[in-house]
Amino acid sequence: MTLIASSIGKKLIMALSGLFLIIFLTQHFAINITSVFSESIFNEISHFMGNNPLVQFVFQPILILGVLLHFTMGFVLELQNWKSRAVKYKSYKGVANAPWVSRNMILSGIVVLSFLGLHLYDFWIPEMDYKYLEVLPLNPDRYFEELVHKFESPIRVGIYVLSFIFLALHLYHGFASSFQSVGFNNKYSKAIKSFAVVFSVVVPIGFVFIALFHHLTAF
Amino acid sequence: MDLTLKIWRQANADAKGKIETYQMSEVSPDMSFLEMMDVLNEELIEKGIDPVAFDHDCREGICGMCSMFINGEAHGPDRLVTTCQLHMRKFADGDTITIEPFRAQAFPVIKDLTVDRSSFDRIQQAGGFVSVNTSGNTQDANAIPIEKHDADKAFDAAACIGCGACVATCKNASAMLFVSAKVSQYALLPQGKVEATDRVLNMVNQMDEEGFGNCTNTGACEVECPKGISLENIARMNREYLYASLKG
Amino acid sequence: MSLDSKIPQGPLADKWTKHKSSINLVSPANKRLIDVIVVGTGLAGASASATLAELGYNVKTFCFQDSPRRAHSIAAQGGINAAKNYQGDGDSTYRLFYDTIKGGDYRSREANVHRLAEVSTNIIDQCVAQGVPFARDYGGLLDNRSFGGVLVSRTFYAKGQTGQQLLLGAYSAMNRQIGRGKIKMYNRHEMMELVVVDGKARGIIARNLVSGKLERHSAHAVVIASGGYGNVFFLSTNAMGSNVSAAWKIHKKGAHFANPCFTQIHPTCIPVSGDHQSKLTLMSESLRNDGRIWVPKKIEDVKAIREGKLKPTDLSEEDRDYYLERRYPAFGNLVPRDVASRAAKERCDEGFGVNKTGEAVYLDFAAAIERYGKEQAHVKGLDEGNAALVKKLGQEVIRAKYGNLFQMYEKIVDQNPYETPMMIYPAVHYTMGGVWVDYNLMTSIPGCYAIGEANFSDHGANRLGASALMQGLADGYFVLPYTVGDYLANDIRTGTIDTDLPEFEKAEASVKAQMEAFVSNNGTHTVDYYHRKLGKIMWDKCGMSRNSKGLKQAISEIKTLREDFYENVKVPGTTSEFNPELAKAARVADFLELGELFAKDALERNESCGGHFREESQTPEGEAMRDDKNFTFVSAWEYQGEPSKAKLHKEQLDYEEIEVKTRSYK
Repeated sequence: MTLIASSIGKKLIMALSGLFLIIFLTQHFAINITSVFSESIFNEISHFMGNNPLVQFVFQPILILGVLLHFTMGFVLELQNWKSRAVKYKSYKGVANAPWVSRNMILSGIVVLSFLGLHLYDFWIPEMDYKYLEVLPLNPDRYFEELVHKFESPIRVGIYVLSFIFLALHLYHGFASSFQSVGFNNKYSKAIKSFAVVFSVVVPIGFVFIALFHHLTAF
Repeated sequence: MDLTLKIWRQANADAKGKIETYQMSEVSPDMSFLEMMDVLNEELIEKGIDPVAFDHDCREGICGMCSMFINGEAHGPDRLVTTCQLHMRKFADGDTITIEPFRAQAFPVIKDLTVDRSSFDRIQQAGGFVSVNTSGNTQDANAIPIEKHDADKAFDAAACIGCGACVATCKNASAMLFVSAKVSQYALLPQGKVEATDRVLNMVNQMDEEGFGNCTNTGACEVECPKGISLENIARMNREYLYASLKG
Repeated sequence: MSLDSKIPQGPLADKWTKHKSSINLVSPANKRLIDVIVVGTGLAGASASATLAELGYNVKTFCFQDSPRRAHSIAAQGGINAAKNYQGDGDSTYRLFYDTIKGGDYRSREANVHRLAEVSTNIIDQCVAQGVPFARDYGGLLDNRSFGGVLVSRTFYAKGQTGQQLLLGAYSAMNRQIGRGKIKMYNRHEMMELVVVDGKARGIIARNLVSGKLERHSAHAVVIASGGYGNVFFLSTNAMGSNVSAAWKIHKKGAHFANPCFTQIHPTCIPVSGDHQSKLTLMSESLRNDGRIWVPKKIEDVKAIREGKLKPTDLSEEDRDYYLERRYPAFGNLVPRDVASRAAKERCDEGFGVNKTGEAVYLDFAAAIERYGKEQAHVKGLDEGNAALVKKLGQEVIRAKYGNLFQMYEKIVDQNPYETPMMIYPAVHYTMGGVWVDYNLMTSIPGCYAIGEANFSDHGANRLGASALMQGLADGYFVLPYTVGDYLANDIRTGTIDTDLPEFEKAEASVKAQMEAFVSNNGTHTVDYYHRKLGKIMWDKCGMSRNSKGLKQAISEIKTLREDFYENVKVPGTTSEFNPELAKAARVADFLELGELFAKDALERNESCGGHFREESQTPEGEAMRDDKNFTFVSAWEYQGEPSKAKLHKEQLDYEEIEVKTRSYK
């Protein structure tokens, strides 16, 4: 059996793609947070990211692949796991031995995935359309405007806030869990776990803060 | 104590099962859970009802044969015990107790609360051993010193009793804790290192073929394990497996 | 049929080596043509299966549990003896041999015991090579502990789970052979009958416990490794499923049963808590190293304790009777198992038992906690006068030594043994008696062997701690696989045994008839009802102390009970389904026969030796008194239609190397 077909191989893919997405999330956050301080820095970085060939034609496909792998494998594993106990328990007390978040990764994952759909619809599709379909002229100063514009709707901001809560839950288990999956469990694991918890709270709150900030300061 | 028992009854592997309700009275808190089941069965036999079939043998928490899912938990609400060491004092007068078999595709029900765990045997047959001739013509036992720390860790992994609580508890019915305990025991000892590559590949392969689920690191197995087998073992197995796969 | 123990000629120390080199062998090519059946997968059965398969025989192994790994060897706690002399404390093969013979109160066969001591060292090498994680010291070498009744440290251990680790080692060796296709494993199968063809064991009838189907299995030799029969007492430290059936079936087909009355009653078990009790739990003998055993001196204190008005910790030193220290000042709390058990019974019979059933004594760690605590405080430079601190430090030491046992006690009894003394009482633990075998471990049926606890050979009238594991593995790994060749060498041209032979048909029909009779009996009492009654007779009349009157009563009571059983037992369900009650009924039926032979043997042996105490044979101080002149023999019983008619054969025990002495622990 090849590595990929095995249960451990699938976990490895989940873990590595997950960790990669965490890195992406970190840089995404780092860029977005600049929008709170400085319109020009934000525009500058966004312009760079949106037009640098390395980012656009190397990193972006890798990212897409990472996302696809992560959620496809997530669904494959969930389906297998579902099948591995066809007759369910009448009484199952999951809360007695594992936190809710760890048992409901599929739920938090689906919420985050749905959000990703909305997010792509909001930013990435218009971006692609702007750059590669309509091939409109370069405008290095448009990004901040677009961002602020998107956060005008309270409903959208509400959805964003909710989604980030689920992202936090997803990260809360997923971050440290990735290390276990790749076989890293030793005296440093406690520190990693603590860092993961801080990360999974701070970063989503940061995103929420950005959304609320622009929503409240837009008028 | 008076109790209401809701027990999974299933005549055989092919039959459709269902929960039946039984009343018990005058249960002593000093009884073990299985002794309570003995009393129930005596009563059922006397009433002409088929007694509840359940696996049990040593009744001192080491053989790993008893296997009940009690009130939603493998081996019931107490920690670091098997069902045979669970005592009725953990329950209160008037309680309703739901008792089901350990459930997993790889653990088909034989009858009532008895399940077939031979998948565990097959995993071990795939590589859970050191290929040494049993002639006794080996080198002296003290010829290979083993660091105490490693020897103790190997022992901790080897303490697994193969009861299947990890599988029963895991929301994915994954057998990773069991398999990793065995892999770890040998991976930590020099005697086992010679065959480490084939062992982990073959055992994981067999585990997957048996239809167990995948590990999602919820840690429930570690909590419910009557012998406290650590999740560290799963990480070790992941490591061993990745290394073995890459080595080919 | 006369007894021929087939002990090889020559000096004791050379017998085994010479014998091994002179017995017949089967060539590798011929081994492929020979089938061997092994019944039971404890240490003896699993290790024999593995080695036989390794040698090239086709092995079929049977166990009634759902996996070979469940066999009750798994529950052994303390350790395994071996004359490695790693500690350099003067141990040797001879010393292990001597200790075992003496411990067995001079009722075991010298040549067998010497062989056991010889191969003991191989066991440790073998197990370590297999990856058994024995305890090690900081230098990375194997650690040893000391056990009761000996003066050296020769016990190898893996925490309190030595039996588990050794069994998993043997099981892994089996797994390897199952994977290679050399062992065919039959889980959840029970041997129901031995098939004898032309006077030779040629197969068994097994019952598939899941489907209820009877199966015929043929072989050129049958090995019984089904363990001991302690469950004849209903309450014992044995597993619920442990039974005598395989051994009893071969007895009824012609194998002599030896010394059935030699039973070990272990002094430190958790007492019975009520009528619902299904089994008893052992607390390792090692606890007696640090625990002091006592009961109150005054009967009014006993009453107050039973009523819950007084706590044992409230009793002052002068109100306590440390009866072992009082009676046996030299050995104190560390007297052998049989002596400690009888002393506890004596106190409880006098009314000093400390729990509500009146059958418990205290095992108190307070003194040890204080001693260790002071030691630790001194080592760490802390205040030795601070009682709370001393207690805390002492408890830590005790926890490190016995933590798992204390936890087990607390789970069962719901009392914290660090704070209040443990309650303990003796319980049936091991049976030294068993199927009679010759030096080759063959029973009196040609081609039928018995190994491990199922046979009688090595422990005499009392077994030393940590010797059962040694014997099981010695028989299985290193003795039987070689001696069996001597017999099988004549079978290389036999070919596969046909299971359509009339002998198979007849055997199957008799089993079928018995099974049908049980389920159609439609009586009034459950199987357990009879098993409990049998247990009570055995415990009251064939227990720690036996006398002629009681034994005679036991014989007739058991016979009556057996007749009642066949008339009135109620077994639910059918024969063609998973029916644990039916399996239990068949086992209890055999216990009801064995129990009678047990009492008969105890009556016949009018002496006290080891675990067998006859009230008629004691010193004025109430100590056991052997009668070497009249009883230095093995009682081997031949079945003659029913237990009461069994015919006694005596195998005289000759001691060439050892002077027979009286044991004294005063």
